[in-house]
Amino acid sequence: MKGADVLWLSRQDIGSLFAALSSAGYRCIGPQVRDGTIVYDTLENADGLPRGVTSTQAPGEYRVTIGNSPRTFSWANGPQALKPFTFSPRETLWRAERGDDAAIRFIETATDPELLALIAVRACDLAALLLQDQHFLDGQYPDPHYAARRRSLFVVAVHCSAPAATCFCASTGDGPRAQSDFDLALSELDEGFLVEAGSARGVTVLKQLPTRPASTAERDLAAHELKQAAAQQRRLPGKNLRDALFANLEHPRWEQVAGRCLACGNCTAVCPSCFCHAEVEVPRLDAAASEHVREWDSCFTQLHSYIHGLTVRSDRRARYRQWVTHKLGSWHDQYGRSGCVGCGRCITWCPVGIDITEEAAAICGESA
Amino acid sequence: MRGERVSAHLPMEAEVVERVQESPTIFTLRLRFTDPTQHAAYRFVPGQFNMLYLYGVGEIPISIVSDPEDETVIDHAIRVVGRVTRGFKELKAGDRIGIRGPYGSGWPLRQAERQDVLVVTGGLGCAPVVSVINFIMRRRARFGRLTIMQGVKHADDLIWRARYEAWAKLPNTTVLIAADVGAPLWPWHIGRVTELFDSIELDPLRTVAMLCGPEVMMDIAARQLTGRGVPEAGIWLSLERSMHCAVGLCGHCQIGGQFVCKDGPIFHYGAIRPLFGTRGL
Repeated sequence: MKGADVLWLSRQDIGSLFAALSSAGYRCIGPQVRDGTIVYDTLENADGLPRGVTSTQAPGEYRVTIGNSPRTFSWANGPQALKPFTFSPRETLWRAERGDDAAIRFIETATDPELLALIAVRACDLAALLLQDQHFLDGQYPDPHYAARRRSLFVVAVHCSAPAATCFCASTGDGPRAQSDFDLALSELDEGFLVEAGSARGVTVLKQLPTRPASTAERDLAAHELKQAAAQQRRLPGKNLRDALFANLEHPRWEQVAGRCLACGNCTAVCPSCFCHAEVEVPRLDAAASEHVREWDSCFTQLHSYIHGLTVRSDRRARYRQWVTHKLGSWHDQYGRSGCVGCGRCITWCPVGIDITEEAAAICGESA
Repeated sequence: MRGERVSAHLPMEAEVVERVQESPTIFTLRLRFTDPTQHAAYRFVPGQFNMLYLYGVGEIPISIVSDPEDETVIDHAIRVVGRVTRGFKELKAGDRIGIRGPYGSGWPLRQAERQDVLVVTGGLGCAPVVSVINFIMRRRARFGRLTIMQGVKHADDLIWRARYEAWAKLPNTTVLIAADVGAPLWPWHIGRVTELFDSIELDPLRTVAMLCGPEVMMDIAARQLTGRGVPEAGIWLSLERSMHCAVGLCGHCQIGGQFVCKDGPIFHYGAIRPLFGTRGL
């Protein structure tokens, strides 16, 4: 953090950020408590921020607590990542129409998303966004639907000083500090926020806020809190487990974890980097048109690996192994790094509390 | 910003020129793009596949069996196995479907020139290599000895039988067929196709082997071939996985780090060997 570029925004002025983003044409999406969890949704002003809210997380456990702290970003991530804002859970890719003649017309569905400002994005989710960018945009066939949504995002990151017990972003190298690809980044202290810009757009917005240069004491305190946040207990047994995992495809631990796994797919639904999706056909009842729809899928379902008369991964052992060997192993072959950003959601939201760090350590041993 | 191009997901309309019933459950769908410009611009290599769309039902990946230089029609051999293929079986000349492609990698036909070619297939999945056999037959002088080893479950499953019989009579060409279950007057081997390796002549250093069929069969065949001295670099195989998008996005076709739709479906043996023999990958 270069001192000269870090500004101070006092707590009572945080509303100016929402005002500046709104006047720039963005709908503000911010964290808020709903159904006992933190979710991201439309937030018109700073009054709706989750003041005093903290979260307690453990394998298979999540609780939100409201206390007296003035802070609004003292919670670790809830179940929802940024994923739904760029990779829609369900969207129509194209539509086929047929009239009275035999002809079929194919009509592409345009994605024309509104401009969104995502507020309080954690480093783990920002890293996952970059992983999804690689998957959906960098190949031979970049996805225009994802591209349109991605283009309309303004990202306000928050350097995370409140990791949960399930977090392990420090061991994956993705957090708790947001490293790049944000427009603005905040560090929260009791009295206000340190703000830095990460893009030209961010600089433009930042100039409109009533800031002053941050003091050395403020910067030191923020750095100290970030350092404490990095002292996480959970860790993966290495940054590249590819060879260790593929050398242990028949490890007895896969069978053991399959005995606990319910194949419910919660881990893939909350994972910010999981990209699998199904394409399904939804014909109109009068058969005059049919929508070709893309929706999130999970490698834990029976149909995921189904080919005529055969399910390649027919049991939970094969499906859990596929998920972990892909996420922590073959992702390296595909995208040059692990597919795990250490957000810990799959641990928290697993109904039986399966811990990917514990399973990886058991399967890879200390050799990894 | 990345991702500006038009969606690769959108099919184009094609017309059924003819539907040829090859066996009780297998038929050939001969297609032509309804837009002549699109038809003229379409190019593929043997081994690649198209996504075929049945109106209101969905899309499936089907390999192309016609010759890449045939400008009149694009042929797909299809077995009736599910909702889409059952619908395709009812199509008549003039009916319309959707088509997008071609996708994936092709067979190494350039590498195979002036080499001996060994084609090994099993099950009913011979379509992806029949295109190769046809391709070689039409350009016979460019290739050395051609050996075709085809395994089927039941003698009745052998489609294009007349073609195999005609090929067997050609010079410098060997056809070996095996059926798990024979039939009266079945002139070929009864048993597994992989039992036939001892009876073939093989010049291991000038052989390009192309395998297609069940993974267990390909695993055994590839190990027999390396055992006979064929280097890994001379062995290629075609894999089959679930595919929804065909453009490397939906995630269904992964085996290890490979996306079968874009990194395959034709793989170099070395890329797949470490994963062969492990069930459920």
